[in-house]
This record gives sequence, structure tokens and C-alpha cells, in this order.
Amino acid sequence: MTTIINVPHSLEDKSFEQVLDQVAPLPLDEKIIVDTRHARWASPYGLTALLALAQSRAERPILYVPEADNVSSYWSRMDFFKHAAELYELQGRVRTARAAETSVLLEVTSISKSDDVHDVVDKIQQRAQDALVKNLNLDAKITMRFTMALSEVCQNIVEHAGRGGWVAVQTYTWRVRLGGRKVVVIAVADPGIGFRESLESAPSFQRKERWDDGQALEETVMRGASRFRDPGRGQGLAGVRRFVGNWDGKLSIRSGTARIAVLPKGDWDEDEPLLENLSYFPGAQVQITIPERVA
Amino acid sequence: MINHIDVSSMLRKSVCELYSNLVTRPTGAAVRCEIEQELDFSHVGLLDFSCADEIVAKLLLQYVSTDAPRREVYFLFRGISESHMEAIEAVLERHRLALVTQHTDGRSRLVGIIDLEERRAWEIISQLGAGASSDVADAIGLSRDDAERTLDKLWRRRLLIRHDNGYVAVGSASAPSEPMRLDA
Repeated sequence: MTTIINVPHSLEDKSFEQVLDQVAPLPLDEKIIVDTRHARWASPYGLTALLALAQSRAERPILYVPEADNVSSYWSRMDFFKHAAELYELQGRVRTARAAETSVLLEVTSISKSDDVHDVVDKIQQRAQDALVKNLNLDAKITMRFTMALSEVCQNIVEHAGRGGWVAVQTYTWRVRLGGRKVVVIAVADPGIGFRESLESAPSFQRKERWDDGQALEETVMRGASRFRDPGRGQGLAGVRRFVGNWDGKLSIRSGTARIAVLPKGDWDEDEPLLENLSYFPGAQVQITIPERVA
Repeated sequence: MINHIDVSSMLRKSVCELYSNLVTRPTGAAVRCEIEQELDFSHVGLLDFSCADEIVAKLLLQYVSTDAPRREVYFLFRGISESHMEAIEAVLERHRLALVTQHTDGRSRLVGIIDLEERRAWEIISQLGAGASSDVADAIGLSRDDAERTLDKLWRRRLLIRHDNGYVAVGSASAPSEPMRLDA
């Protein structure tokens, strides 16, 4: 049996839940067709999560590619199809990338080992300065800190996921509130063991009365817990939290059936600090959003 | 990485160009002070939290001890930029450590978790180049015993170097300062 998964027109972290609602009830070995033909836009989160979705399936899925030329072309520019071709059976016409898009800070990039993180850091430093300082009016100090945060969230894949994942970085206009504000977004997705299983693998782990994905996210993100006994562990995400707090940004992490968000002080986004009982998706999907500075 | 340290060059640099034998306590102390490790970050672009923990915190933790004696190794951090400092301060706070940084003008600064009394004592020794508990006691109004306890703690944290009957601040030992030059 084959099931068609309808992908919403606008594919980002929230709307990706619609995809997961369709996929989660299906057996892992059931063939699925991921239908993106009508997609008009995808955030870095949407693209990286689509790749993680294919990785999570036992049976190689089919991907109907977007019909709109500009969408297909843009996904090519993001290197999405380059990776998708290895995970999906692509059906439909893939457009070649047009001229360089200045909004792309980092194409969809595979992360599975420490060297990959070094490559990402080298690449992003060359591009981040202009995008963050000139286009988003942010202080020059942000470039290094932004790269540090990127490095830390990528390392989470290498250290904890147990299998490879994806990262992408892009600037775009955030239309949720205030009539549109530029943002830079880092998205990191893997289909690995996730936060709960990672903590459970610690030798000292003791199951609490209430223990689930939401608890595991709270322990890790808010209290710096780690599966490693080394007391220096857990500082990466703590540093990322500080970084988003200092720049009025937002950090959200989805793992298993829960999603936690460290919310901005400003009013450019509305979200729930913790969402539970979501459709199950393995691994971890991280999104960091930093808004432009407005006077 | 294991650093190769030519102890005879340390001897000639710290005590006298003509010496080639490691004899006497003052000579030993002077050479030990010269074996102060300098970590230069001038050419490091980015330092993230994880890497700072692995390099800075774990390096210091090997030698810092407030109870059992450890090997006497001292570290001086040079070329630290503002962005490096964010990661370094975070890991120092996490492990309740402190270190000494040296700036291009040669001035040294204590960074990390350090209480007010310790900081004042360290600054007195640093300003003097070398000093004893009596110098600290007089300068900041502590009893001799309290001053000695504070200096001993700073030594155990490898922020001061024991030298003769007194102390030298990490950072001032590697600068071309008078207190380290022993009369031969």
C-alpha cells in the first residue's frame, strides 16, 4: 500500500506538523509519496525536516517535486534536491538553480561528523557578516556569536543523534506579526535517537514518575542535563539559549512528541513554551530565529 | 599534544646565561616559574563553548586543586578576543575556575570565578611583581594568617606561583620584570 502525504503550500516548522500528522500513524515500511507539487515556499526547517523524514522511513519514499518553477529552482539553489535524490525517488521536473540567492547563508548541508561542523563554520563566517550586519542591522558582534550557536547545534547531531542530519541557514521576511520583519533562521534536523533516549542512555539515568519527551526537553534545554557524566557537558545549548536571549531571538526544539521554545522578549512572535502530544517524529529538529533590529 | 620544553634554555633565560646545571632551590624555583605555559589565541577565529570546555576548562582542571597537591603547571592566556571571552567565561563559571589573560600592553587580568578578597590579593602581588603575605596583609587590611590562606588558595588555583618565601602572579613571571631575575 502507498500513502500520499500532502505537503502544505507553505512549509515551515508549524505547518510541518501537518505532514507528521499524516506520516506518524503509518508503519515504517509503508511506502509513502511526499507530494510537494503545490508547495509555494519552504523554510530551512521545512527542507531539512523533509530530508530527515525520508531518512526515518524504512521504505524509500517518493517525492513529487514542486511544480512552480521558482520554487523548484529555489530548492535546487538550496541544494535540497542534491540530497533528496539520495533519499527519495524524485518524480517531476527539477529546475536548475538560478543566479545566486543572497538570502541563502548556508545551503542544506549534511552533518554527520566533526569535520562537517568545521566546514559549516568556515563557510558561514564568510557570508554571515553582510547578511547579519548590513541586511538585518545587527551589531557586528553578532557574527561570531551566531557562528558559535550554529556550531553548537550542529555538534548536537554528531554527539547525540547517532546518525547524520542536516543544517541550513537563510534570511527571509517573517510575516507572522508586525507586517513583516527580516529574520535569519538556522534549522538543524536529524532523525536520530532524540533527547529522551539520549538522556536515558546515561548510566546514572533514573526514570522519574513522569518521564516523556517534554520532560527530556525541559531537562536538557532549561536545566543543561546531558547523558555524559562530564560536568562540562550541556554548555552548548545553554550558550545557544543565552545567544537567542541577547538578540531577542527564538529557539525551538522538537523531539519525539514534544516541542520546547525559548521565546523572544519582543512581540514579533507568539508561540507556546512547551507543546506536547504532537505526532511522533524521531530525532531532534532545532530552529533558531534572530530578527532584524528595528529602531 | 605534548610540548617540548628545553629546560636549559629556561635556566639561561631565567637565571643566568652561563649556567648549565640545575642546582639549588632558588634556581629550581626560577626555572619552574619560567615553565609557565602560554596559550596564544591571537590567530584563533572562533571558539565555541564545547571547544572552550575541552581546551580551557579541562586543561586547568588537571592542575587546579584546592585540596590534594597537583603538579605545578601555570597557564597564561594571550590573544583572547571579546568573542573568545564569552565562551571562556561560560566554562570558567561552570567549573568555578579562574585564569589569567595577558593583553598586548603586557598587563594581566584575572578572569573567571574569583572572590573579592582573592582578586585584591592577586592584584597586589601582580602590581608588586612579587610579594609575601605581609604585603597583602598590609595593603588590604587582612591578618597575616588570612592573607597567607588567601595566597595559598590562589597558588592552589594556579593563579600565583610560589617563589622563594613569597609569590609571583602568573603573567608577571613571563614578562621581563625584575622580580624573576635572580642574582647569580
